[in-house]
Amino acid sequence: MAREITAGELPAPITREQVNQLQRKNRRENLGRSWYKFSRNPLSVIGGATILVVVLMAVFAPWVAPFPEHAQPFTDFANASKPPSAQNLFGTDEIGRDILSRVIFGFRFSLMMGMIVLALVVPTGVFLGLVAGYFQGGWLDTLIMRVTDVFLAVPPLILALAIAAVLEPNLSNAMVAVSLMWWPWYTRLSYGLASTLRNEFYVSSAETLGASKFHILFHEILPNMTSPIFTKMSLDMGWVIIIGATLSFVGLGVQPPKPGLGTMMASGAKFLPDQWWIAMFPALGIVVVVLGFNLFGDGLRDLLSAEGV
Amino acid sequence: MSTEILTVDGLKKHFVIGYEGTINRRPIKVKAVDGINFGLQEGETFGLVGESGSGKSTIAYITVGMYQPTEGKMYFRGEDLFAGNLERPLPLRKEIQIVFQDPGSSLNPRRTIRQILELPLRIHRPKEDPLHEVMRLLDMVELPIEYMHKYPQMLSGGEKQIIAIARALATNPSLIILDEPTSALDVSVQGKVINLLLRLQRELGLTYLFITHDLSLMRNVASRVGIMYLGKICEVAEASQFFQDPQHPYTRMLLSSIPVVSEEEEAAKPEKIESTGEIPSPVNVPAGCSFHTRCPHVMDICKHVDPVMVDTSPGHMARCHLFEQPAELIAPFFVEHGDAVAQT
Amino acid sequence: MTEPLLDIKDLYVQFEVYGGRLEVLDGVNFRVGTGEKIGLVGETGCGKTTTMKAILRILPEPPAVIPRGEITFKGRDVLKMNSAELSKVRGRGISMIFQDPTAALNPVFTIGQQFEPVIRYSSPQNRRLSRREIREKAIVSLQEVALADPERLLDSYPLQLSGGMRQRVCIGMALATHPELLIADEPGTSLDVTIQDQVLRLLRELVEEKHTSVILITHTLGVVRETADRVYVMYAGNMVEVAPTPKLFANPLHPYTQGLMQAVPKLTGGGVAHGIPGRIPDYLSPPSGCRFHTRCPHVMDICRREKPPFFSVDGGHQVACFLYDKSPEARRDEAVAA
Repeated sequence: MAREITAGELPAPITREQVNQLQRKNRRENLGRSWYKFSRNPLSVIGGATILVVVLMAVFAPWVAPFPEHAQPFTDFANASKPPSAQNLFGTDEIGRDILSRVIFGFRFSLMMGMIVLALVVPTGVFLGLVAGYFQGGWLDTLIMRVTDVFLAVPPLILALAIAAVLEPNLSNAMVAVSLMWWPWYTRLSYGLASTLRNEFYVSSAETLGASKFHILFHEILPNMTSPIFTKMSLDMGWVIIIGATLSFVGLGVQPPKPGLGTMMASGAKFLPDQWWIAMFPALGIVVVVLGFNLFGDGLRDLLSAEGV
Repeated sequence: MSTEILTVDGLKKHFVIGYEGTINRRPIKVKAVDGINFGLQEGETFGLVGESGSGKSTIAYITVGMYQPTEGKMYFRGEDLFAGNLERPLPLRKEIQIVFQDPGSSLNPRRTIRQILELPLRIHRPKEDPLHEVMRLLDMVELPIEYMHKYPQMLSGGEKQIIAIARALATNPSLIILDEPTSALDVSVQGKVINLLLRLQRELGLTYLFITHDLSLMRNVASRVGIMYLGKICEVAEASQFFQDPQHPYTRMLLSSIPVVSEEEEAAKPEKIESTGEIPSPVNVPAGCSFHTRCPHVMDICKHVDPVMVDTSPGHMARCHLFEQPAELIAPFFVEHGDAVAQT
Repeated sequence: MTEPLLDIKDLYVQFEVYGGRLEVLDGVNFRVGTGEKIGLVGETGCGKTTTMKAILRILPEPPAVIPRGEITFKGRDVLKMNSAELSKVRGRGISMIFQDPTAALNPVFTIGQQFEPVIRYSSPQNRRLSRREIREKAIVSLQEVALADPERLLDSYPLQLSGGMRQRVCIGMALATHPELLIADEPGTSLDVTIQDQVLRLLRELVEEKHTSVILITHTLGVVRETADRVYVMYAGNMVEVAPTPKLFANPLHPYTQGLMQAVPKLTGGGVAHGIPGRIPDYLSPPSGCRFHTRCPHVMDICRREKPPFFSVDGGHQVACFLYDKSPEARRDEAVAA
């Protein structure tokens, strides 16, 4: 038998306070280093700033928007179809509502759409991919990945259109539809990551020690998958917002008179090209949000991929 | 004579890497380990030396249960390690631990040293206070206690490997497999890790299976050495004897190829055997003795009959036709080719 | 003394990172004579690869900065060259062999396809070569590196070859341009001992035959002993010792070289030395004076204050260590200390 591990007198254990101090210091250092790397790329900083501004505007829309009541059912035919002016920076629409205010409120729907869809899709997709990737070659892998393949084979927009059409057309059904077509991409991504990571020696080490499958999946493998998943989430926010706007544009998403950016574009499209501002500014709103998330995502990718080196 | 802690008996591990043929599909196999016998004495350091692709790491992975052997047995203190192809029971896992080659990959970058060291403790010693044990382990391997809050990437290569050693110690094992523990480290750091391992062995009565490609290191660490070539062991001997009187032509080629730093070492090398030829791929192992394609002493029989291990002196074994092979093994060859060959 | 082929004088290289500048190279002096085989020994992170990258000007700038120094190749400063001159140096003047031949060769092209641009750009006066001529030259190159059946080899892909064969192909390619200087960065490290022996032997024979100068970079002392004429030892961005190979191995002078030499496990036995205590310094705030003073067993006061210059000991043996300062002031200091 091997003898019990013995060593000389133990040094004084360190206190909880010292532990916390060390951890705080490490975290500060990591944050500083991350920010340094991120800030080397001015485009991603612009992206991050754009997102921040848009999110703040959406959250504080009732205080930021010059005419918050215009996001509600409201008509003012006296001021209908006014071009951009000092009073209405983005002009007014065909029934006199301030377009700037409606775009600001429109951000709320777009961001909500993105966040809720990702909140549904990411955990599901990542969990399935993680399990399938770790048990690569087993029946679970086959089952999960073939179902994923079936979903990936259906043209996504058509599927979303079909679902949204069958169900009552409104924002929550649009989100269900987009979620159904989106999760397989996360399964694919995390499948690839998990099936590579399972060959790392730290996973082998946990396995030979006899650690539980739960521990290996969620404590050894999952934390190492976060970087590419976060990057994809940032880039996907933009995509989901575009798809959401598309569904609204064809009348399957946000319903008038609610100010969805896609909905506003649809109603404004009728007045092109003469009253260009009615459709143009909501469209510009989408461009800004999507661009923000894409630039931010690119920066995030550079940052997180460099972290591994 | 001490007892055997690990017994390896006719061990084989073949990996199927693909198939050939369209109708009669035959598997293409890599014979990573192809019939290996050796035993580890309690408390010794057995050095298993071989070049890449020789199958030495595969043996390590089988021993800790990452792979099932294709054929053959492996016993730990007489207990079959692969009885009934079941999951290995925890008490056996506790006894055999491994330190991997690459300290970068063997520690999870997202877990603190404390979390890394606590895992084996929670699984195998659930009754003890893990925090206290983590501190004790760090103290044993001479690292500051504050290190438990660090992440692996904040550590140097040598320190990472020391943490991996501490993790292996955490279960109180009797046998530790060291799979090239210092080959990724600089030579100025290697000494520290090796001496730590040697001290721990003395203090805890550990047995080491030390896998490496570095013969010079084995000279100074191992009590016995086995040389592997293409999935088979070709020579086993006590370390001191091994370096004084190498028997197998491959061993001699290996020894004379080592770059050394002093004249004394140069003098200690066997007569220079120029290394020739490429190492054959383990998918296509040559027939007969697998070394015959590069051997300076190759004979006809080497190309047809694979020799077996024979004693060349007490405790020194080699697998080569230069040494007398059992009659029943070589007789069929000479019957077939006539005695004329035997004269050459 | 005749003009050296490559002469690095007082070279500083720094990297801009979070929290400041990494002072990686700290006044490196290094020279290679025509036809000379130089060994450059140092451990991970000592700056040997950075030095070589600086010679070829392939350091990413930024984050790399070269605030000071001179790299003279054939009498011209590489640091002042424009990109056309640089590509001439890289194409025909200096070739490089890397540690990992698998990564150095592109897996989706045949060996022949990868030889083509190498030979095309190296032809004198940029004469247009026909495909046949290129192929013939490639075959000659492969024969030089003792590869059997070069015809068939030209049509095979890197993955069909063994590691040793790939490294020979790389050597053949590097020498096909008839370079004046060959930089071999750990050419045998990823290979097995018996194969490394073959490759190094081949490399040695070829460069002697062609009178090519070589810089052999390695962290294994034994490798340079058999290959190099002169050896530089590098520590933390400084050259600490240079000597003709037999002298260095018979009588290492710098405490770091001595520690390194002791740390190598010997084939004659005698146990494993504890190595050198401590670790390589942080380049963000390197130690003052001699960068080795934090780990040196013979540290003196002056080591913490001043950076040691090279002291000549005898016949080309130079060492950057105050222990070997035989100037009058140093003697006086010694007397005071005594």
